[in-house]
Amino acid sequence: MSDIWRGEELIRLAAVHFGYDRSPVLAGVDLTVHERDLTGVVGPSGSGKTSLLRLLLGTVRPQRGTITRRPGVAVGYVPQLETVNWNFPITVAECVLMARKQRGVPWPSRAEQADVAAVLDRLGIGHLARRHIRELSGGQQQRMFIARALLRRPKLLLMDEPTSGVDVASRHDMLHLLADLNAEGMSILLTTHDLNGVASHLPNLVAVHGRIIATGTPHEVIRPSVLEATFGAPMQVLEHLGMPVVLDRYDDGDRVPVGTRSVM
Amino acid sequence: METLLDPFNYAFFVKGVIVATLAGGLCGLIGVYITLRGMSYIGHGLSHAIFGGFAASSIITVNYYIGAGMWGLASALAINAVTRRRRIGADAAIGVITTASFALGVALLTVFGNKGPSFDAALFGSIIGITEGDLWTLVAISVFTGLVVFINYRSLLFATFDPEVADVSGVRVARIDALLMLVLSLAILATLTIIGVTLVAATLVIPAVVARMLTNRFARMLVLSTVIGAVCGFIGMNASYHFDVPSGTTIVLTSAAVFAIVLAVTGGRRLQRAGQLDSHVEPSTT
Repeated sequence: MSDIWRGEELIRLAAVHFGYDRSPVLAGVDLTVHERDLTGVVGPSGSGKTSLLRLLLGTVRPQRGTITRRPGVAVGYVPQLETVNWNFPITVAECVLMARKQRGVPWPSRAEQADVAAVLDRLGIGHLARRHIRELSGGQQQRMFIARALLRRPKLLLMDEPTSGVDVASRHDMLHLLADLNAEGMSILLTTHDLNGVASHLPNLVAVHGRIIATGTPHEVIRPSVLEATFGAPMQVLEHLGMPVVLDRYDDGDRVPVGTRSVM
Repeated sequence: METLLDPFNYAFFVKGVIVATLAGGLCGLIGVYITLRGMSYIGHGLSHAIFGGFAASSIITVNYYIGAGMWGLASALAINAVTRRRRIGADAAIGVITTASFALGVALLTVFGNKGPSFDAALFGSIIGITEGDLWTLVAISVFTGLVVFINYRSLLFATFDPEVADVSGVRVARIDALLMLVLSLAILATLTIIGVTLVAATLVIPAVVARMLTNRFARMLVLSTVIGAVCGFIGMNASYHFDVPSGTTIVLTSAAVFAIVLAVTGGRRLQRAGQLDSHVEPSTT
């Protein structure tokens, strides 16, 4: 990744090793998150993407190596939708308000109510403030958690699979929203499985599979050799309107690229 | 009508009704957090664990509230710590720690005999022998719990809904969890001899489940669960007098009747909502 346009460092991981008990998950990770970064972390399930997010968040500690954070950097976190208890009895506004610090009384101040209304309006879900969280669509649920993160005015936004479980239109909206936030100066790092729909649209990528396989622009990371090392399966990469497009492929003896059927 | 009011001529009954109403409300309030955290079984387990402390404090003649309280708090913190590590589920952690404590209590009482409150009262609850001290202890614990919930409302809510994000958002989740375990231990301790070891869990769970069936709002659920718990405590204690049945039994049966009525009125859809109070999925660990 070119460092010429980048801002100051926010978090730096140096030679970080991490695992759960005796099972190593990540080894020798060197990664720096700068101001104004917009980075996607790609890799298969179990490759260490979520662990990398947790290391950056500080909810887990490395077994070896160092993590250096710029003092005072507020970090926002958007969890995977699949991990949320959607039966929990709260409204959208109550969920977003959680991000604000305890003020000694249960009810929000007028200023807090105004802040919540403003951030929900900005994300286009202001009219849903009084709805129960289960009543939202996948895209709206993601926006609600982004609103909660934004209420803390974070310098860095970490997102775990933000486009998982949302439709194509919501995914496009999400990418536009992230681009807007990034243009306003927010650094964003997200994990994704979606190489074509998400990763190829981001300026920076990190390929992970137990270690950092590659970092760089989509053209530098979305390459057959990197993808095979990351996902453990051969993949074809085509160029379409200047963007890399990944095709799934499996070998049945005749080396037929099955994924090409779906490309019209 | 006179028959219904008759027991209020007795001071011990008035004291018992006040204690049962307060105990029901207290357990209803804490029960909201316990059920939403998927720890419904902790009330059952912790009451059994405290029974070990009840036996130990009886034998070494330490004040019941101090001995059993410290024992219960230690058990609650151990359960919470084991649960948060995620290697062992909350149900298994509660099963191991609390049944061992209960078994120890039974063994101690068998070997050394009981020098404290009645064994039967501890198991099934009784209004006989409720002292002024018990009443004021329960009042103090109820006020303390109310203040804890009032002052830490947002932190408790965040740590219950999404502990990982709460942690990175500046909430001291470990401290909040410990505080919740403290008030839970105190509540069980103060209600044990009225409701009984074997029945106290129901007073934590049923009002919260009924409240969840009635509302989608957290604050409303807190209020409803507290009121339902208090009303069931009041009615249950009166029923205990009139039917000459242990108070814990009638309080729990009243709660169960309220649950059945609300279920009949609101239908199965609401039950489904309440039946999945903690139906979240653990995040991927990698």
